[in-house]
Amino acid sequence: MDKLDIVKSKATVIFKDNIDTDILIPKNYLKSTKRTGFADALFAPWRYDETGQPIENFPLNQASNQGNQILIAGENFGCGSSREHAAWALQDFGFKVVIAGSYSPIFYMNYLNNLKLPLVLGRAEREALIELDSEITVNLIDKTVAAGNLCFSFEIENVYREKLLKGQDGIEEILQYIDLIEEHENKYEKQ
Amino acid sequence: MQKTLFEKIWEKHVIVTKDDKDLLYIDLHLIHEVTSPQAFEGLRLKNRKLRRPDRTFATMDHNTPTIAAHRAEIKDQLSAEQLNSLAANCAEFGVTLFDMESEYNGIVHMIGPELGLSLPGKTIVCGDSHTATHGALGALAFGIGTSEVEDVFATQCMWQTKPKTMGVKITGKPADNVFAKDIILKLIAENGVSFGTGYAIEYYGDTIENMPVEERLSLCNMSIEGGAKFGIIKPDQKTLDYIVGRLYTPEGEEFGKFTESISDLYTDDESLFDKIITLDVTSLKPQVSYGTNPAMTVDIDQAFPEINSSEDQTAYKYMGLHPGMKAADIPVEFVFIGSCTNGRITDLRIAAKVMQGKTIADNITCVVVPGSMQVLKQAEQEGLVDIFERAGCEMRMPGCSYCLAMNEDRIAPETHCASTSNRNFEGRQGERSRTHLMSPYLAAKTAIEGRISLG
Repeated sequence: MDKLDIVKSKATVIFKDNIDTDILIPKNYLKSTKRTGFADALFAPWRYDETGQPIENFPLNQASNQGNQILIAGENFGCGSSREHAAWALQDFGFKVVIAGSYSPIFYMNYLNNLKLPLVLGRAEREALIELDSEITVNLIDKTVAAGNLCFSFEIENVYREKLLKGQDGIEEILQYIDLIEEHENKYEKQ
Repeated sequence: MQKTLFEKIWEKHVIVTKDDKDLLYIDLHLIHEVTSPQAFEGLRLKNRKLRRPDRTFATMDHNTPTIAAHRAEIKDQLSAEQLNSLAANCAEFGVTLFDMESEYNGIVHMIGPELGLSLPGKTIVCGDSHTATHGALGALAFGIGTSEVEDVFATQCMWQTKPKTMGVKITGKPADNVFAKDIILKLIAENGVSFGTGYAIEYYGDTIENMPVEERLSLCNMSIEGGAKFGIIKPDQKTLDYIVGRLYTPEGEEFGKFTESISDLYTDDESLFDKIITLDVTSLKPQVSYGTNPAMTVDIDQAFPEINSSEDQTAYKYMGLHPGMKAADIPVEFVFIGSCTNGRITDLRIAAKVMQGKTIADNITCVVVPGSMQVLKQAEQEGLVDIFERAGCEMRMPGCSYCLAMNEDRIAPETHCASTSNRNFEGRQGERSRTHLMSPYLAAKTAIEGRISLG
């Protein structure tokens, strides 16, 4: 998977709280056994009308938003089910960064595990970015979000920052400790 | 050093710490057909083995038809493929599978406790957000994504950042018509849908001590609806009585040793919690959700609140309701009794007691979906199935069913469903469906009364 360091893009804005995973990708799209092919499913309940046609003024459908790699949302983004399909759908649609006030813990890890950035910014900062409506530079190296004259710093745990910067395979990283894992198994399974 | 219950279990399972992350050993990995295929595929692509098939157990639940005749040949090709793929993957990697033919088949969060797989002191993961259910037995149990499922397949470990701990202290004797479901809904209504984010919740207090294990499972089940990945309850005599004699529970001398090994599993002092919230349930009333997230919940006789945000406005519009209405005003047409929250034998007993000798109202369709084959068998033996069928309910085979409507069980657009499930999100029970979360007791009353009412 590609590593992530700097993302430059305009942002698509869906500034609502508690966007749940049933909205991000409803269950009828969860029957796939693949990791890709979910772009058309993203936000399906809000994106298409009852006949399946795209709703023109929904942000994902607006011509001016095509190609955006950043999504700005409200609080508690990705709440609900653990389906990683939500992260895959965001990724397939092209979003490399989500900027929200907070995340559901399972979604947060799912997005990170696909080497995408769930970025946390306060409400005032997000509102300023939305109002400015220009290209945003997310820089994971120095942990800043910049646009026009605005520049905000953000926090992310160092291990996760490194994971994205290096594009690490999680399993390889764990297998370094295989001796310790075996030691643990021997200790507890003999008891 | 004094520790919380959560920390005691966590620390026993840490293989190594790197920066702020701990590599946790996973004792039990439960899987189902929806969130595992990509992880199996990942193993194949990298030519990796599944490290501990003996610690991995699979069931079919999300896609399985609940109409018996539909189980032999599933019409939905994609559902069938997903289920077949699970069977093939389990055979290839040596994982025990409780398929639809198995007497132990059921919803993943039913079968873990029921079969004695989920035990106190264990770390348990599953690619499903309701995995905190198993925490009710004093286990450290949490939902994970598919990348993490693959990590556990390959290594039996995964990285986790240790969460803060929150004590949720529940006190008082609840009224006879109030259950664990009402307690968790009230907690979420009072504290919001993300009060537990970043925390592992331990439920404690005299209400919890007196609560049957099955009810504790319902309580922990919905921790994620309050934002918490973990919900846990101290194992006690009730827990031991619950687990003893189950299929995979250690037997005889081994059980004695096991009991000994978990004797230190309690929080040394409540002051150790990073945060404490409390709820007195003495005068708690049955709860009903009116909106599109679980915090949009009121007492049964309470008027729906004013609109305070655009989210409220969207929710009222979606639900076809307005402020000032009460639960009894909702034009309910469907009642669903089941799910990993409330599909246990005790839930069915509660509902059957309400329905005994009565018939459901003319405007209501009521479907009862047991959480597992074992629950169905028990319900048949106890005569509960008879009671439901005589009352005019439809009794089905086990599965997730109307809780997430991934199989053919769907609530029609704009239909109001009184549901014992866990989520009332937009479209959760079917496109444009309208969900009202409640206890099995109130759902059964609703079926009889024809509206949400205690009668």
